[in-house]
Amino acid sequence: MSLTTADVKRMAHLARIEVSDDDAEATLKKLSGILKLIEQMQSVDTTGIQPMSHSQDLVQRLREDVVTETNQRESFQAIAPAVEDGLYLVPKVIE
Amino acid sequence: MINSSLKQLGTLLAEKKISSVELTQQFLDRIDQHNPEINAYIALDKEITLAQAKAADQRIAQGSATALTGIPIAQKDIFVAKGWQTTCGSKMLENFIGPYDAHVIKQFDTAGAVNLGKTNMDEFAMGSSNETSYFGKVQNPWDRSRVPGGSSGGSAAAVAARLCAAATGTDTGGSIRQPASLCGLSGLKPTYGLVSRYGMIAFASSLDQAGPMAKSCEDMALMMNVMTGFDERDSTSLQREKEDYTRDLNKPLAGLRVGLPKEYFAEGLGADVAKVIEEAIAEYRKLGAEIVDISLPNTQLSIPVYYVLAPAEASSNLSRFDGVRYGHRAAQYDDLMDMYCKSRAEGFGAEVKRRILIGTYVLSAGYYDAYYLKAQQIRRLIAQDFEEAFKHCDIILGPTAPSTAFKAGEKADDPVSMYLQDIYTIAVNLAGLPGMSIPAGFTQTVDGKSLPVGLQIIGNYFDEARMLNAGHAYQQVTDWHSRMPEGIA
Repeated sequence: MSLTTADVKRMAHLARIEVSDDDAEATLKKLSGILKLIEQMQSVDTTGIQPMSHSQDLVQRLREDVVTETNQRESFQAIAPAVEDGLYLVPKVIE
Repeated sequence: MINSSLKQLGTLLAEKKISSVELTQQFLDRIDQHNPEINAYIALDKEITLAQAKAADQRIAQGSATALTGIPIAQKDIFVAKGWQTTCGSKMLENFIGPYDAHVIKQFDTAGAVNLGKTNMDEFAMGSSNETSYFGKVQNPWDRSRVPGGSSGGSAAAVAARLCAAATGTDTGGSIRQPASLCGLSGLKPTYGLVSRYGMIAFASSLDQAGPMAKSCEDMALMMNVMTGFDERDSTSLQREKEDYTRDLNKPLAGLRVGLPKEYFAEGLGADVAKVIEEAIAEYRKLGAEIVDISLPNTQLSIPVYYVLAPAEASSNLSRFDGVRYGHRAAQYDDLMDMYCKSRAEGFGAEVKRRILIGTYVLSAGYYDAYYLKAQQIRRLIAQDFEEAFKHCDIILGPTAPSTAFKAGEKADDPVSMYLQDIYTIAVNLAGLPGMSIPAGFTQTVDGKSLPVGLQIIGNYFDEARMLNAGHAYQQVTDWHSRMPEGIA
């Protein structure tokens, strides 16, 4: 199936990446090439094959629900774009 | 000195013939001299580096040194290191100073190794030429007009130009092995789960694995001893007994069953590369190996499967870069949504954006079964190919990459042709198997340059010691691995 610039813009919106119309056009060409490559998969009959997400087919390891890390708020906030009184600042979302 | 093995350097340090500070300074001087052109390093911090060297000298004096104490190692800039600029090759993290140490960094630190600096890489490890780095492309030391491969191109160039004693890399689809092949060094991607991913900036979590990049298999065995081991902070870290990866280095190869997958020698493989690989196989025959023909029928499908799974995982992993807690934030924006969209548009480069968009597409409503689920099913078929093959052989040999290093810019505008670079390496990641590349000879360019060719050795799960044995035996009867490019003395 072929992709349109509207699809590219929809994906970009879902991925929270701003794209200009020119960018969307150029991106469309490259993405279409990649999707064509991906389409090769459709020639394989995979009926009844169990999907594989991990080579050892491991299950999630769990740990005791106890505190393991110490508070490092200051060092983590030192690298944040904007903080105040120990809080991360973002544009106002609630009027 | 610059061509000495890690073991030799360890002996020199132990016998006080050289101090770690002197050794480290020698590499720092070489970096000052060559890095402005080669661009293998993104970040250097001589103060931290020399302080570590000084501490290593004290440890050696106290008699509590390990095999790597005092040895200067370059770290791929994908590993978060406390106090170090950690960029992952991206503008997004240009000003990110690591607030903690990745497990791999910590392991080297505990062993007393010296962190020489952070090496250049394709942005977020997405690339096979190191050209997607925000911090500029890296030169291949063998021919400065060519790429070093990627994504661990900076580490590969640093080892090849002897700007470090050894380096670390990470490999999601070939990112250790392909640059090792293109730059003429040894690189190993371990079995998935052997090396903790804690503090290693995530690309595709079900495939990412860190490993050593060094001058020889013996060096890599020593590094594996430091890098591997259970870490509860990585949910996929495997709980296994600690191994000594040097234990089988000197075992004879007589009777070793070596499988040659016919798909790795088919159309697409450069004739000059094929010739070098065939000579390497002949060498293995002389060493007593028994050659077996095998087939990995789903090899071609590994690329489409990878370009569904890796971008899908990447689109999820990279959603954390939102300009709120760390990373780039746009200077101007209207509201929260606009801040996300602008920060990410400015912070990510073109290839990273493409992969996020592909990942978003294949995971979007209505397409999940046709793409993501289908890819996971074929992933199992690919893993089963190897399972079948290993019933007939102990290790698999073949080329690491279809060609030698290509010219910078040659494939930069054609993502699909770049992706085909990884045709022989990707299936190994999908199956979660260990794979490595070792130097096997050279091809000659029309303008008289020698370009290295890598021989890939694929092993069964947890068979790294046997692979290192096979590589070491070859390196005892050949000298490709100890050759150095011109102009780096």
